[in-house]
Amino acid sequence: MKVILPLAIVFICGFYMLITFFIPAKFAQDSSQLLQLWYQGVAAFFVFIGIFNLIKINVDRIQRRLKDWEYSIILLSFLGVMLVAGFVGGRDSRVFLYLFENFQVPLGATMFSLLAFFVASASFRAFRAKTPEATLLLIAAVIVMLGRIPIGYLIWDKFPDLIEWIMRIPNTAAKRGILFGIDLGLLSMALRVLLGIERSYMGGGVEK
Amino acid sequence: MMNTIGIWIGALLTLAIYSFLYKDNPFYKLAENIFVGVSAGYWAVVLWFDYAWPNLFEPLFKKGQWFNIFPIFIGILMFAPLIPRISWMVRIPLTFTMGVAMAVSITQIVQGDIFPQLQATFLPLTGVSFFDAFSNLLIICGVIFTLIYFYFSKEHKGVLGISARIGIWFMMVSFGASFGYTIMARVSLFIGRIYFLLHNWLGVI
Repeated sequence: MKVILPLAIVFICGFYMLITFFIPAKFAQDSSQLLQLWYQGVAAFFVFIGIFNLIKINVDRIQRRLKDWEYSIILLSFLGVMLVAGFVGGRDSRVFLYLFENFQVPLGATMFSLLAFFVASASFRAFRAKTPEATLLLIAAVIVMLGRIPIGYLIWDKFPDLIEWIMRIPNTAAKRGILFGIDLGLLSMALRVLLGIERSYMGGGVEK
Repeated sequence: MMNTIGIWIGALLTLAIYSFLYKDNPFYKLAENIFVGVSAGYWAVVLWFDYAWPNLFEPLFKKGQWFNIFPIFIGILMFAPLIPRISWMVRIPLTFTMGVAMAVSITQIVQGDIFPQLQATFLPLTGVSFFDAFSNLLIICGVIFTLIYFYFSKEHKGVLGISARIGIWFMMVSFGASFGYTIMARVSLFIGRIYFLLHNWLGVI
């Protein structure tokens, strides 16, 4: 029961969705659409369980006075304020949008911009043109970086055109080759999941 | 007034995050925890109003679609691990989402990726300018050589070895270009933050 029922669900839902793809009848299309809506709704619960865990872990940290527990109070306070603003006032309420624009947006942008420093310092240490392949990588990266700043245009006015060509031709060719590999891998993995051969996503104790 | 307070909050949080460039410190930890709290709250609200409510709860409560009780029940089963006796039931929402997602991905991969990408690789080598023909040939060869690199059923020796090596060159150019692009995107974000500090907050530029 603990194994058969979940495997039956993945098999039935998966193959039903696949079969309805080839049946243009209204009933088939409507039921497939409904299953997709349900899937989106159920998938949203993954975030709710994540938030539940976040609250549980931080409450535990506060109760046990673990290292830096004071920050857990800050985290929970802001989480609470955001949830109240969103669920009481609505997602278009002034308070919710104000919090989003003045906390989430600057913090998100700054966090991601911080990566520029770390990537730059890591590449400074790691980029060594020791082999032809590494040299190619280095040259392509330098050209793309130079071509996207005004000084690159001043050095050589064809830099922007060169980047455009690199992105459009060799980059596209390699990305397409990699994409085919990924797609074939995904296809085989999807079939393994639907047929119940791949079970690791269900957690431990289901292999037997 | 509220706008000014918002700018001050944004500026102080920006400085708090950048203080990490010196070393880990309480200001950074404060900003980091605020970010996690605000982001988690934001996504919970957005997912509720964009997916859970309109797809599951609204049809049940407003349109009387009683059968929507099933996906809601499946969603609630995510919390099954909290009760050890029924913890295995968490597999039901997992397998439901995996089943639908895998089926959707199969059709999307074939219809949206493989066929259009194959079609886009069959490029003309005649009837176009010399430069375009050269570029098209480069795309065709690049795709084939990259695919050969990922062919592991035979040892990469002789013609296969040379082809795989050319495939690596194409990939190196692609990785380099992607790397440069990523760096520049991050630098753009950094410039945006500095502009915010100097223009919106201090008003010096």
